[in-house]
Amino acid sequence: MRGWLRHHRQSLAAALRRVARDPLGSLLNALVIGVALALPLGAFVALATVERLVPTSATEPEMSVFLDLGATRADADRLRAELARLPGVRQVRFVPKDQALAEMGRTEGLAEIVAALGRNPLPDAFVLRLAPGAAAEDAASRAGGLAKVAKVQVDTAWVQRLQSILALGRAATLVLAALLGVGLVAATFNTVRLQLATRRDEVEVSRLVGATDAWIRRPFLYLGAVQGVLGALLAGAIVAAASWYLTPFLAGLARLYGGEPTPILPPPMLIGAATGLAAILGLMGAWISVSVHLRDRR
Amino acid sequence: MSAISFKEVGKRYPGGHEALRGVTLDVEPGDMVFLTGHSGAGKSTLLKLIPAVERPTQGAVLVNGQNVGRMRAPAIPYLRRNLGLVFQDQKLLHDRNAFENVVLPLAAAGVAPRDAAKRVRAALDKVGLLDRERSNPATLSGGEQQRLCIARAIVNRPSILLADEPTANIDADLAAEIMAMFRDFNGVGVTVIIATHDLGLAARFASRTIRLDHGRVAR
Ligand SMILES: Nc1ncnc2c1ncn2[C@@H]1O[C@H](COP(=O)(O)OP(=O)(O)OP(=O)(O)O)[C@@H](O)[C@H]1O
Ligand SMILES: [Mg+2]
Repeated sequence: MRGWLRHHRQSLAAALRRVARDPLGSLLNALVIGVALALPLGAFVALATVERLVPTSATEPEMSVFLDLGATRADADRLRAELARLPGVRQVRFVPKDQALAEMGRTEGLAEIVAALGRNPLPDAFVLRLAPGAAAEDAASRAGGLAKVAKVQVDTAWVQRLQSILALGRAATLVLAALLGVGLVAATFNTVRLQLATRRDEVEVSRLVGATDAWIRRPFLYLGAVQGVLGALLAGAIVAAASWYLTPFLAGLARLYGGEPTPILPPPMLIGAATGLAAILGLMGAWISVSVHLRDRR
Repeated sequence: MSAISFKEVGKRYPGGHEALRGVTLDVEPGDMVFLTGHSGAGKSTLLKLIPAVERPTQGAVLVNGQNVGRMRAPAIPYLRRNLGLVFQDQKLLHDRNAFENVVLPLAAAGVAPRDAAKRVRAALDKVGLLDRERSNPATLSGGEQQRLCIARAIVNRPSILLADEPTANIDADLAAEIMAMFRDFNGVGVTVIIATHDLGLAARFASRTIRLDHGRVAR
């Protein structure tokens, strides 16, 4: 048991020494893995950022129902009841034209224009909030058919479209991550295979003098894992650098959509998870490589 | 129980060449046996069957009563830890020094480093190479390399020592020295089998000699 633990320690040390002895080769290896991992990692971060920009309340579809300019308060009361009965409608809020104008007046740059207006050009309106996933288009066409309704505008169709695109993006990122994970296994398989080729005699002699397959495999497994970890850390650095570069551009976008212009650094949890996963995948590549080598020389 | 027992052993290599045919022999614990025969007679093949480096295609090879021809792969390392092997092609590692070559069997067996270092020095001392522990094998003379191989074979204190042409390519004086070494090991109870074409050498030791001829034991 003590010997076993010692060999684990020695194997890790040997793997680190091997990396340190060939810094350029190790860097290039880490770069191959790092760039591959940076793609899904970057995609995750980008998706998370876009999600943060979209106000979450907007995932429940909203629509505005504008009344005829000549609609009376009685019309409005009748419409409120009718609109509330439409399928999927959860909340009906009345926005009188005076209030709409006042809100507009508070908007910077529009105040003077509003002040210069002789009379209120805005109609009374209802803002309907629908249940999540409700058929907004269907409700809109029914509302449009009601008397004294001038125009119906589904405000949040873009949000829904965006949500669908985000869902697609998330799925695509997972596919990408899975493919690049396979790539990582293949990359470590190959580097370990090259290592095995140069250390063929050592492996052969170790076997002849009574080394178990596990003992022979161990240093290579650590080598694979260390490579995966280095690659993942490099990927984190690549994504962080890209985020830092892209943050100013994002600030403009954030203002446009009323989100928070925060920097989009990859969360430490994500880096941690990616590092752990890369270590496991590197180890898998090494495992397969050594097993194939040992089996072919039985 | 014999240390080593061959029962009607045949070995046909992939490709069809029959290196051994109907070999039956017993080596008792504490024996010292010479294995002779012409080049290609099957000496190395016979020795390789004992640590399960090669498997027999017929018959049974028993080591301390265990059928090593049928042994499962995971058990083989433990078999080899009880054997000392000197290879015809030496198999020294030239990317490490003498000490590191000799320590390999102990490291593989999980012996603690301090213990291992002591035993490596004892083995190097026994073959007269204690002052060369930092030397690369390539910088050693032919005889010294051969002795380094012997040190590696005995470092794990095996009960059976198998040496394949341990005196090839070295002069008569050195050969006698090395043979004396094997006799010393045998003197402390190690079973020793030495393959050699040097019939004179075998005769001088007046030990039991098994001669192989085209894969058969010659009478
Ligand atoms: N791996 C192998 N594959 C095929 N044939 C082999 C293999 N190893 C040995 N042989 C053949 O088996 C026969 C016996 O070989 P072996 O090496 O056992 O002979 P040897 O008695 O040790 O000879 P030498 O004195 O030259 O070392 C030879 O004809 C050799 O060509
Ligand atoms: Mg031979």
